[in-house]
Amino acid sequence: MPHLHLPWLELSVLIPLLGAVYLGLLKSREAAYRHCIVLCGLTLFCAVGEWIDFGVLHAFEAYDQWDLFGVVLHQHLFVVDELSAPLLPLAALLYLMTVMSTLRTKLNRFSFAWALFSEAILLATLSCREPSVIIALMAVATVPPWIEMRSRGHSTRVYSWHMGLFVLLLTGGWLLSPAAAPGPGEAVAITTLLAGAMLTAAALLRSGIVPVHCWMTDLFEKATFGTALLYVAPMTGAYVVMRIVLPIAPSWALHSIAIVSLITAVYAAGMALVQTDARRFYCYLFLSHSSLVLVGLELVTPIGLTGALCVWLSVGLSLGGFGLSLRCVEARMGKISLKRFLGLYDHSPTLAVLFLITGLASIGFPGTIGFIGAELLVEGAVGVYPLVGFAVVLAAALNGIAVMWVYFRIFTGAVHTAPLSLSVRPVERIAVLILAALIIGGGLVPQPGVASRYHAAVELMRRRGDAPTEASVEHAAVSWFPQRPTIALETAPEQTRP
Amino acid sequence: MNLDLIFQVLGVCVVASPSLLLAIIGLMALGGRPLGERLLTRLTAAAVVFGMAAAFAILVLMLATGVRHVAIDLGDWVSIPQQHFHFHWKFMFDRLSVPFTILSFALCGTVGAFASRYLHREPGFHRFFVSYALFLLGMVISSLAGTIETLFLGWEFVGLSSALLVAFFHERPSPVRNGLRVWCVYRIADAAFLVAALALHHLTGGGDFDGLIGAGAWPEGHASISPSHALFVGALLLIAAAGKSGLLPFSGWLPRAMEGPTPSSAVFYGALSVHLGAYLLLRVSPMLELSPLLCAAVVVLGISSAIFGALTERVQTDVKSALAFASLTQVGIIVAEIGFGLRYIPLIHIIGHACLRTLQILRSPSLLYDYQQIENAIGSHLPHEASIWRRIVPPSVRAWTYRFAYERGYLDAILDDFIVRPLLGVFRWCDRMERRWTSFLSGSEAADAERNRPAESPLGWNGPQGVESPDQETGALETGSPDQESHETGVPKPGASPRGGFSASEDAAQVEDRS
Repeated sequence: MPHLHLPWLELSVLIPLLGAVYLGLLKSREAAYRHCIVLCGLTLFCAVGEWIDFGVLHAFEAYDQWDLFGVVLHQHLFVVDELSAPLLPLAALLYLMTVMSTLRTKLNRFSFAWALFSEAILLATLSCREPSVIIALMAVATVPPWIEMRSRGHSTRVYSWHMGLFVLLLTGGWLLSPAAAPGPGEAVAITTLLAGAMLTAAALLRSGIVPVHCWMTDLFEKATFGTALLYVAPMTGAYVVMRIVLPIAPSWALHSIAIVSLITAVYAAGMALVQTDARRFYCYLFLSHSSLVLVGLELVTPIGLTGALCVWLSVGLSLGGFGLSLRCVEARMGKISLKRFLGLYDHSPTLAVLFLITGLASIGFPGTIGFIGAELLVEGAVGVYPLVGFAVVLAAALNGIAVMWVYFRIFTGAVHTAPLSLSVRPVERIAVLILAALIIGGGLVPQPGVASRYHAAVELMRRRGDAPTEASVEHAAVSWFPQRPTIALETAPEQTRP
Repeated sequence: MNLDLIFQVLGVCVVASPSLLLAIIGLMALGGRPLGERLLTRLTAAAVVFGMAAAFAILVLMLATGVRHVAIDLGDWVSIPQQHFHFHWKFMFDRLSVPFTILSFALCGTVGAFASRYLHREPGFHRFFVSYALFLLGMVISSLAGTIETLFLGWEFVGLSSALLVAFFHERPSPVRNGLRVWCVYRIADAAFLVAALALHHLTGGGDFDGLIGAGAWPEGHASISPSHALFVGALLLIAAAGKSGLLPFSGWLPRAMEGPTPSSAVFYGALSVHLGAYLLLRVSPMLELSPLLCAAVVVLGISSAIFGALTERVQTDVKSALAFASLTQVGIIVAEIGFGLRYIPLIHIIGHACLRTLQILRSPSLLYDYQQIENAIGSHLPHEASIWRRIVPPSVRAWTYRFAYERGYLDAILDDFIVRPLLGVFRWCDRMERRWTSFLSGSEAADAERNRPAESPLGWNGPQGVESPDQETGALETGSPDQESHETGVPKPGASPRGGFSASEDAAQVEDRS
């Protein structure tokens, strides 16, 4: 397996990790803010470097150079492949944008040290394919939001119940699985079925699938917007599905998950329409979109999977930007009520444009990064179940209405008089321009991204045993664990892109 | 230079000019450096003239050489060859698209010139022209689209720009609500369009119109799908066309769209956008021919919309709404013509009607002034003769018809009461249950959940119980309940917009005139 030219992965984890320790020691919030921007920028630089380096290698997966963990643990802990390669810069970008768009008035509320710690955990999770380590990291990642809610004096019971159950299911499922405790096939049939079900339930819980989604709205109401956004926007629940559930689950189970996710997508889209609080609205909007990603992931067809992987990136980027623009408005106006028109357009037209662009991109508007992904997703869904395709279109239509409704609510409909300027700061304008360039640029030139995602989808299916023929689907359908998941990196055959 | 190359160059110029216009205006605005009024106006004029000149050149070349079908293939936008999936950039110049494109450029150019004076020093001058450029690009792409996905692209651009322009005077809630209403209808229509496009992909292996309607030049093509498939796809496209053209049962958005500035009303809802549905039906007309049932549905929809428009137009109290319903009448007739199997007549009808209606709407702001001048000159009101219907139709029927037309066929109320309100009621109930559940898990009191309960629908409907909340200044789709401003008529509030309608006194004068 090829190596990256530099230890990008380790650097992108270590920089925020050490930075978190450093910022924790700083007294000045202003200095912490400035240093955090620099550290997030460096992390993004490493993540982008990894992406470019990986692209140059033309390989399906690659190890880190000078693998420190490999020397210590005799195992390659950090590996990048076509699935995770673009997710790392996306996650780093979200963190950088969030930190950059934090107003000075909010410096005391948003913890930069915990944000960097979360970033390190997230990047480590996305750089890792070892299920046990992923599970451990996912468990650790639940801690910072919990601490923040506690420190703000809010009840953490909803979050604790759900995340506790998530960690329990994930750990239990993994311990019961034959990959962790191998045994004779027939004897462990029920255990493996139970293990698969537990892992799936954990992934669905983390993804906020109905009816175990209430922790998400609770998180958005009780944590800071930035923390909640960064906890859900990278869609680590979907990552768990891809790394742990997809390789082992039979097709019928995946299709069942797809149906549940579809119900969530439509339900959340409808719920977004009746919200009166902007945070809850955003939560449901995001939930609807992330569920659509899961729908595509579980269809397990090349087109559907490609669409889901494209939508994963586009939703992460667009709804990340959408959330940040909402956060910027909230930082200026306080908690945003959707019961009345705010009329902020004339005060901050740039923010309004960003809001509209990111919102439209999230619903797959033509010319934006979300368009092709959404088309592929619907195409894939129609190919499996035509009714599923219609439901996806319905969810997208409802989301489109919701996005425009909130745009009108926040930016139009009234004349707002403010004693202070509400316009965006230069640093926010830079963030807006970067996001707009990525969203529109990705929409105008989608072929490289789609080709990359298609290749990743085919490879994921091949590893699962579904490609190139469908013959293996029947085999996969008889058991949750038809084969040992290809976890150990040494077992993965070296693949070179044609 | 051979003929094909000339066609290629000219074809690219036609599409590139509005694209560049949008890119320049949009990027400058995004960068915080919007163009000045004069530069913006000149740039717009240059783009329109350049694009129209290229389209004219193609027309002349086609007439001179006898070529009836020119395809400009720009390659695949996205392609996954292994899965036979591709999004093709292809533009088609034929007897349908060339006249429609030239019409789009001509009317947009006229309205652009008009708007540069009409909106002079208006705070939203630049915003108007961004939407205008988006609309122009959408119309050109829709007109020339050689694949259904390209058509969808333009279709969406037109929809977005329309919604934003209806809400142009965004300091007041009413235009915004109406803009959202338009957007909602468009999203439904777009969903139908998208499903139709995907179905076509599956049936023909791609979205190319050549694959669907045969390689013959329009209108002689023959569809290559079965009648049952044609019925299914055609029905979806008919829904899409009905939404875009304001046909029944989506007609409610047409008068609401008149809340926008007069130039956009003229070019969008009087001339171009409202004909886009009919254009779509013309484009897929070979498919219609496969299914008599589909043709019958098109005819019925067209005629019923025309009758509805004719009735409703007569009782409108502001001139722009009256013109909107008059447009609906004509569009309904055009759709019926398409259903009857005519091809060139509807095209000519579209062109003639679009030009006439643009002129009428652009003239509408000064119409009352003209009337007053005449009345001042003759010293009395203008004479009005009683209609023949007054003598023929019994008073009870007249009263019922008047009420029906006055309430615009109760269309909005039906959609709101039987579809939207129940749907939102269900979700609101779910929201309450969720809040109670999280409150229970949090250990907080049930009263907490009640306190957090949304008092009213953000989309504007009251609760399922019909209880109005104290701070009911919401609206959005509730504009369906024809406006907060004028509950009785459902027309945009008279005089609400300095540009969008007349004053109350003017309206009263109109009502008096009509009576």
